[in-house]
Amino acid sequence: MTAKQKNLEDIFLQKIDAEVKIEPKDWMPDAYRKTLVRQISQHAHSEIVGMLPEGNWITRAPSLKRKIGLLAKVQDEAGHGLYLYSAAETLGTSRGEMMDALNTGKAKYSSIFNYPTITWADIGAVGWLVDGAAIMNQVMLTRTSYGPYARAMVRICKEESFHQRQGFDIMMTLCNGTAQQKAMAQDALNRWWWPSLMMFGPSDSESQHSEQSMIWKIKRKSNDTLRQQFVDAAAEQAKVLGLEIPDPELQWNEEKGCHDFGSINWDEFWQVVKGNGICNRDRMKARVDAYETNGSWVREAATAYAKKQSQSSIHKVA
Amino acid sequence: MKAEWPLWEVFVRSKAGLHHQHVGSLHAADEQMALENARDVYTRRQEGISIWVVKSEYITASSPEEQSSFFDPAEDKVYRHPTFYDIPDEVKHM
Repeated sequence: MTAKQKNLEDIFLQKIDAEVKIEPKDWMPDAYRKTLVRQISQHAHSEIVGMLPEGNWITRAPSLKRKIGLLAKVQDEAGHGLYLYSAAETLGTSRGEMMDALNTGKAKYSSIFNYPTITWADIGAVGWLVDGAAIMNQVMLTRTSYGPYARAMVRICKEESFHQRQGFDIMMTLCNGTAQQKAMAQDALNRWWWPSLMMFGPSDSESQHSEQSMIWKIKRKSNDTLRQQFVDAAAEQAKVLGLEIPDPELQWNEEKGCHDFGSINWDEFWQVVKGNGICNRDRMKARVDAYETNGSWVREAATAYAKKQSQSSIHKVA
Repeated sequence: MKAEWPLWEVFVRSKAGLHHQHVGSLHAADEQMALENARDVYTRRQEGISIWVVKSEYITASSPEEQSSFFDPAEDKVYRHPTFYDIPDEVKHM
């Protein structure tokens, strides 16, 4: 490392220590940039792929109220993906590169979206638990050290709380309905509970990027801390719904001041990450179809139209 | 890599009387699409009453490396602030 580079790195670390945000044109270590591109683009991909399991129910929502709520939510997810892609682009990557990385499977997205939404109650459970887990992580990220990422997160968090509430509202309605409807809500909880806990990622001791990310203040809380927060909040919420969380080991630990809970099936987690989840192939196919088969000609046509318009305006001026 | 739509910076005036403020960026083929996409991406909850879009390539920015020298002229001019001037207490509201 040259003296100049050492000096730049010192200035960078001083800023991190002093809670001064890092902005796009500021000097930053290559590894910091690389970590952010990986994390922000993966986060963006999750928002975009996350539209698929929910989009599945737009045409079959049980009422107009539910349909417009779900439609607005899915639209928000698209917006969240766009805020995040823009934030990643400030680091020197391009939209095309990120799209290619997603479509070729080089980049990951949250594994939770590789689970199917097979009943309407799943839309409630996804809003309540999946968005609930995402919010825990995203609230932390509003304080992340990279300015554009933090600002995108502030916007996202403002919108995300509507998502969780509409999910909880769906669960509430089902739980106050017939025995069959309540059973449907319980079934959805049974299937979404463990995958939701996996959303926080591997345990701190196993997480390969965590330590450095904490030093750089990209992450401000560890995977296990966030997971614990989520369990504590959801356990109380389940009581309000009158549903039972599918974990016999879940119980309040007075001494620790938080809930104990059972161990996560990490084999399942890694299987889904590696592409062997129920919906991995469907999700990838839907994305590639949207971007390549059905999307590329639209982008080309719009480019051609814009070019033609600008040429005709040049003619007019001449 | 295929050619991408150009990048645009988006500025939103949240209500009359306030400045347009930078809110983010997006890709669009032309001005009209940039405006409509900006509306859909950045004002889904009535966050604005007016939008500016400008191609990012047209923005000239000061450089962070020269930050201290660039802003240096204002550093030693405390006399530009009202508190530099002592006014007796009996003069209220000045």
